[in-house]
Amino acid sequence: MTTSEIDSIIRQYEGKESQLLAILQDIQIKEKYLPKESLEYVSQKMQIPLTKIFQIATFYNALSLKPRGKHKIDVCLGTACHVRGGERILEKLERELGISAGETTKDRKFTLESVRCLGCCSLGPVAVVDGKVFGRLSQEKVGSLLKEFK
Amino acid sequence: MREERGRGQGMMKIHDKIDLEKIREEGLKKLFPKETKISVGMATCGLSTGADKVYETLLKEVGRLKLPFQVGQTGCIGFCQREPVLDILTPGRPRIFYQEVTPEKAIELVHRWDKEEVVKDWLFFKMEGEEWIGEDKWFDYSIQTDLKGLDGTPSYQQVPFYQKQLKIALRNCGFINPDHIEEYIARGGYFALGKALLEMKPEEIIEEVKRSGLRGRGGAGFPTGSKWESCRRVKGDQKFVLCNADEGDPGAYMDRSVLEGDPHSVIEGMIIGAYAIGAHEGFIYVRDEYPLAIQKLQVAVRQAEEFGLLGDNILGSGFSFRIHLFRGGGAFVCGESTALMASIEGKVGEPRAKHIHTTESGLWEKPSNLNNVETWNNVPVIISRGSEWYSKIGTDKSKGTKVFSIVGKVNNTGLIEVPMGITLREIVYEIGGGIPDGKKFKAVQTGGPSGGCIPESLLDLPVDFDRLTEVGSMMGSGGMIVMDESTCMVDVAKYFMNFLKDESCGKCTSCREGTKRMHEILTEISEGRGKPEHIPLLEELGWVTAEASLCQLGGTAPNPVLSTIRYFREEYEEHILNKRCPAKVCRALLKYRILPETCTMCGRCAKVCPADAITGKRKTKKEEGIPFKIDEEKCIKCGMCFDTCKFNAIEVQ
Amino acid sequence: MLSFTIDGQPVEGKEGQNVLEVALDAGFDIPHLCYNENVKPYGACRLCLVEISRKGRSRLTTSCNYPVMEGLEVFTSSDKVLRARRMVMELLLARCPGSKLLQEMAKEMGVEEVRFKKEDKDCILCGLCARVCEEVVGANAIQFAFRGDRRDIGPPFMEEPKDCIACGACVTICPVDVIGMKEEGDERTILRWNRTLKMKPCKVCGNYFAPWFQLEKFKEKAKLPKDFFEICYTCRS
Repeated sequence: MTTSEIDSIIRQYEGKESQLLAILQDIQIKEKYLPKESLEYVSQKMQIPLTKIFQIATFYNALSLKPRGKHKIDVCLGTACHVRGGERILEKLERELGISAGETTKDRKFTLESVRCLGCCSLGPVAVVDGKVFGRLSQEKVGSLLKEFK
Repeated sequence: MREERGRGQGMMKIHDKIDLEKIREEGLKKLFPKETKISVGMATCGLSTGADKVYETLLKEVGRLKLPFQVGQTGCIGFCQREPVLDILTPGRPRIFYQEVTPEKAIELVHRWDKEEVVKDWLFFKMEGEEWIGEDKWFDYSIQTDLKGLDGTPSYQQVPFYQKQLKIALRNCGFINPDHIEEYIARGGYFALGKALLEMKPEEIIEEVKRSGLRGRGGAGFPTGSKWESCRRVKGDQKFVLCNADEGDPGAYMDRSVLEGDPHSVIEGMIIGAYAIGAHEGFIYVRDEYPLAIQKLQVAVRQAEEFGLLGDNILGSGFSFRIHLFRGGGAFVCGESTALMASIEGKVGEPRAKHIHTTESGLWEKPSNLNNVETWNNVPVIISRGSEWYSKIGTDKSKGTKVFSIVGKVNNTGLIEVPMGITLREIVYEIGGGIPDGKKFKAVQTGGPSGGCIPESLLDLPVDFDRLTEVGSMMGSGGMIVMDESTCMVDVAKYFMNFLKDESCGKCTSCREGTKRMHEILTEISEGRGKPEHIPLLEELGWVTAEASLCQLGGTAPNPVLSTIRYFREEYEEHILNKRCPAKVCRALLKYRILPETCTMCGRCAKVCPADAITGKRKTKKEEGIPFKIDEEKCIKCGMCFDTCKFNAIEVQ
Repeated sequence: MLSFTIDGQPVEGKEGQNVLEVALDAGFDIPHLCYNENVKPYGACRLCLVEISRKGRSRLTTSCNYPVMEGLEVFTSSDKVLRARRMVMELLLARCPGSKLLQEMAKEMGVEEVRFKKEDKDCILCGLCARVCEEVVGANAIQFAFRGDRRDIGPPFMEEPKDCIACGACVTICPVDVIGMKEEGDERTILRWNRTLKMKPCKVCGNYFAPWFQLEKFKEKAKLPKDFFEICYTCRS
């Protein structure tokens, strides 16, 4: 991401420090994560200590400092999905992809995360891949789910 | 998230009540057009089951056949289990609702409706009219031709799921297109605002809200009118009203539905509240995980601005008010009022001490009034129908209705709105339809991670703020998770502690270390390393976490643990003393075993086993098989074999 | 002056003071870790809990950030207070069992055993290092990061803090003394943050007295002349 692209995002929020979260979220939409250089640039441009930016970037779940894969799989571990076996779906995906929740596959194809409550509780267990919701999952259906994206 | 400002076209601006009535006329034409209108439920519950495909298919098909049908969107009608839901409204006929619609079914529906035929198969219910609760009106559909094939179809009021419901907060969800402000106005929207701004004084509005008995719907249940009053009393030229839409309880999505299906109800409530308190700026803090709600709010705020309902001199009253939308960053703790305000200020969501209330010094140290989505949404109805009417609903100390999300091990999952005082039994069995698969009810968890589990013995408890707190739970935001005999209460407590230790901001030793250690102990218990002294230790830890922590995340964190110990102590003891999990959930305590007598030697289990723990010989036409066996040492207890076996040959101990 | 009572004893405090500072001045021994009079109170450690009764209601609250008010009734050793305080201490000790200070404090409070699995952390997350760096020194080189049980404190990305001027304030203020500073030759290192800076020698005596980086920062901030820091303090006096 170029510095002028970051400049334009900062300008859209009138350079306000209180809008730091929104600025970082917008950078992340473009970059799929928050590169260190981008954060250093924001710190310098907005005259905000890098410590504060790092604090915000690590506090909020929505922000990620690690590069994400092409496809993001969010497995819902909300209470309703948990009660319906959401953990097993996550574990099946961990086995299939060879990574743990929070990690990205070596070929950068998939990032696996757990989220709490997407609000589709009647369809539990649920996983969202690239914004598309897959409900009424079972361990067996996981294979065909991944096929769709491979 | 950038805010898009309205262009403020003067022609559409509503200057007074007369203009409002004009827009109402336009809205009525949109709600009840001369042609057939098909509305598809496109809230998140609908979209997650494929409602968008249904909608696109309908548009295509109607266009292809050049049918005089309108196809539109609407919010969630509440029975999320049966999504995608759509309804067909033709002048002079009952409004028909269909459930579990697929694109193929949608095509058939359209073809048959054109021939004036009803497809019986996936009929849901019919309506002969609708209630406009904000105006105390019944809008009759004036049915002239009843349709063949509708005999036996229940009407809306006859459906058990809907029978005992009373929709105030959900009054418009599923009945309007949330992107059309005219439809909101047609059903009485913004008329309460007119009454408040033009006919009432701020003090009168506060009195009405006080007399209504409305209590905060976000969880704490603080009397709303009193909160408004204390904020009004504070001297200051700059005050804020805030809407807490950071609905973070897993399993609760009431606020999301309101924001997706009826965002104007919240906006109208906030303008009225701002006027009563003396604030000119408002914030709606929406959870990051709700992109559709954020989008609907952006559209609604923009439209309200274009129509002059937000901005300067609203409805010619001289009162000015603006709303800003703020998108959260994915932190449960930001639902706490001071953490929310810190977040808006650009800081991390760390709560602060509340010796000085936020109504005196809140956002940027200005007097601030924070209320939940559902609380704000109730305000216009209280103003238009009056506090006397509102206070007749509910119980002595808990007035009005409450929206609950009923999920988990129950037949009918979805969103319901019921008067306070209804019993849990009625909710679980009459509205919820009981427990599926003939299993036995075990508990219902209310209040999310801040709440507790309520056992069968207390099912006749009337649901209201104080009664729920008395039994060790709380109302919370309204999540209700039904659990059956296959739910392990130790596992439930562990689950919530895992959530809380992760979501804690981490500032207070008591909360950070307390939730961590409670989770650690519960893990030990669930993995067969529990000790008898763990139970009193959990109780002690729980007490300290609650008493010594700064905010209510820590303050209510022990509730899931303490309530499950209180009502399900035997289950804990079974895990600790006998290393057994009666509900067969805690994996380390399970044994998977293939019954040699039942095994058909098909070999499917061995194929799917990720740990290569199953050995045996497949039975073929040529060879006798050997019953399959699971190597306990290798078994990782994933359950794949159990799920795969079609002959019930695998038992779990 | 505002009058209130601590353990039944009448005390007085000024508007703007907090209960803990008045209590400590008056000789009450309330244990505390994250409180230091040089920075704003934070309320993280929860050891300074007291029971406060006001307008008929009583609750446990931290005394370091509770403002003195007329008519308060403060109890420093009620059953509730002791019960909470001891468990908080036990939790801290379980996190940092090797800390001599925590061991002493625990002994004084009567905390004999630790019933949790002992970790091997050394930092108690009181935040004093970050707070002094931000509020007093203004370098903003270290800060809290992450959340919940992953909460930590240190430089951005947990790498060498580029804004650190190696003044040693964090080293001094840390109550459990886990930051550490060493000087070797012409280098000063803040050990925990892995920050090594070269020191400037005095034009007169030749002793190394402060890091170059630090002095440049001061000159920049206070708009001082280029030759302001040529001679060390000892030689100037």
